[in-house]
Amino acid sequence: MEMIRQPFFWIMTAVIALFALLPPLTHDVGLRESLFLAAVYIILAGNLNLLIGYTGYVNFGNIVFFGLGGYLGLWLVTVFRLPLVVAALLAGLAVAAMTAALWCRILRLRGAYFALASIGIAEATKAFVSNFEPWGGATGLYLPMGAFKAMGGPREALWTVYFLMVAVMAATLYLSYAVKKSKFGLGLFAIREDEEAAGVLGVRTPYYKTLACTLSGVLPAVAGTLFFFKNGVIQPEQAFDLTLSTEAIVMLMLGGQGTVTGAALGAFLYEQFRGYLLISPTFSSFQLVIAGALLLVTVLFMPGGLMGWVYQRWPRLRRILE
Amino acid sequence: MSALLEVSGLCKHFGGLRAVDSVAFTMAEGEILGLIGPNGAGKSTVFNLINGVIRPSEGRVRFAGTEITGWAPYDVVRLGLARTHQIVRPLGDMTVLENCTVGACFGRESLGLAAARRVADEVLELVGLRDRRDVLASSLTIAGKKRLEVARALSARPRLVLFDEVLAGLNPTEVGRMIAVFRAIRDQGIAILMIEHLMQAVMSLSDRVVVLNFGRKLAEGRPEVVASDPVVVEAYLGDPDIAARLAEE
Repeated sequence: MEMIRQPFFWIMTAVIALFALLPPLTHDVGLRESLFLAAVYIILAGNLNLLIGYTGYVNFGNIVFFGLGGYLGLWLVTVFRLPLVVAALLAGLAVAAMTAALWCRILRLRGAYFALASIGIAEATKAFVSNFEPWGGATGLYLPMGAFKAMGGPREALWTVYFLMVAVMAATLYLSYAVKKSKFGLGLFAIREDEEAAGVLGVRTPYYKTLACTLSGVLPAVAGTLFFFKNGVIQPEQAFDLTLSTEAIVMLMLGGQGTVTGAALGAFLYEQFRGYLLISPTFSSFQLVIAGALLLVTVLFMPGGLMGWVYQRWPRLRRILE
Repeated sequence: MSALLEVSGLCKHFGGLRAVDSVAFTMAEGEILGLIGPNGAGKSTVFNLINGVIRPSEGRVRFAGTEITGWAPYDVVRLGLARTHQIVRPLGDMTVLENCTVGACFGRESLGLAAARRVADEVLELVGLRDRRDVLASSLTIAGKKRLEVARALSARPRLVLFDEVLAGLNPTEVGRMIAVFRAIRDQGIAILMIEHLMQAVMSLSDRVVVLNFGRKLAEGRPEVVASDPVVVEAYLGDPDIAARLAEE
């Protein structure tokens, strides 16, 4: 447990504590909703970071993990009457199993080819679920009226789901950090830099890539169950929304891929920014245009994202803000 | 005692081109073998066939008593057979130390991170990169990157290393230092198979030399014997008697 002695561990813990404590202490439901979405974004961008930032494989279909997790979890809750937490964990495991079996095939592709294939998987999954009757086809799954009752009523349920989401966010941050500091992470970085050279140095590249991809799917799947449980309904269009997939990549690029802080910061800032744009009367209709412009500016002038810029300006921070 | 490396009947065809054609040789523990030949003779392809970057069309490779024909490179290196690249491939956005730590972590001993860093430090000391350990690999000079290739291969704690033109492109001072590194490696009991164009280095370091030409083995033996073999001289410089014959006509 060398991790606990690092300052960065405590920085992460402090951020998580703020997420967990601020809304209940202020009784501010608006703040809770804003932080809830920020947590979802941090989970998506943080886990995507394992594959894009650490391993160098750009996954445009990352939303599949979230959407499938949501469907599986809601299905388990409605049909089998499983408790939410059990359903969410089972959904995470099931998505991991599916990822390991399916994605290892397309992980043989490199660069743009992998990115294209990942979009294909997202679209294919959406098409399949839209026609899958047990999951309600195009109309989706609806949570039965009494589902919140087991958790002490709708108001308590919303708080519980919020705390669970913060817990998943905490798991995302700790996982990203632990992977980054591990031998496994070192192997992934080697693959990102030069896959052939990594193989010659002894990194079992096919297994490492598959493991990274599988790992990057678990927590988004758990988060998917929580998100759509709170939503009360899940439909293919929302569950497999390619826009959100792309937005997760924007967040990651904005903050700085390959860094734990960058993924989290990018996601948080993007959520705040998006919230502002949606409310603002002038910008509300072209929120995505601005997101695109933001990505362009980042890639052109700040290829390392915010954290890249911070590291350049204050090199000593590289050791503190991982 | 059985040989450390045993290559027999090795062939590789690219379409109609026989890049490597029935090449066979063996190496003993701790030996330095020079692999020479004109450009395009198939030397690098032989390396790629031995460490599994490409699969041979025919033939077998045995290393330390295990048949490794067609194995993936990451399995070959775990058995103790490491290599460098002719065109350097540093992990650019990682530090020099991290580059070597990768080699030690995933090499023959599969070390943990802390132990791997210690090995990496030792190896960097040996090749003279210790003072550059915390800079990014991409910022090294070409000579530095060549050394990093050597250091990374050695971090795997191999029993045999394949050096692919490590001396090419270095200035005479750097060559001298690298030759000293080679000697230090041999003193540790590590066998070296090297492709090298710098004859002075090949001749002074190698216990034996194998000459390739057009994918075939042309000659094999002690360096001074091979160097004066007329067949080898012809492969490099052309037929020595051709001028005489032309004059006769």
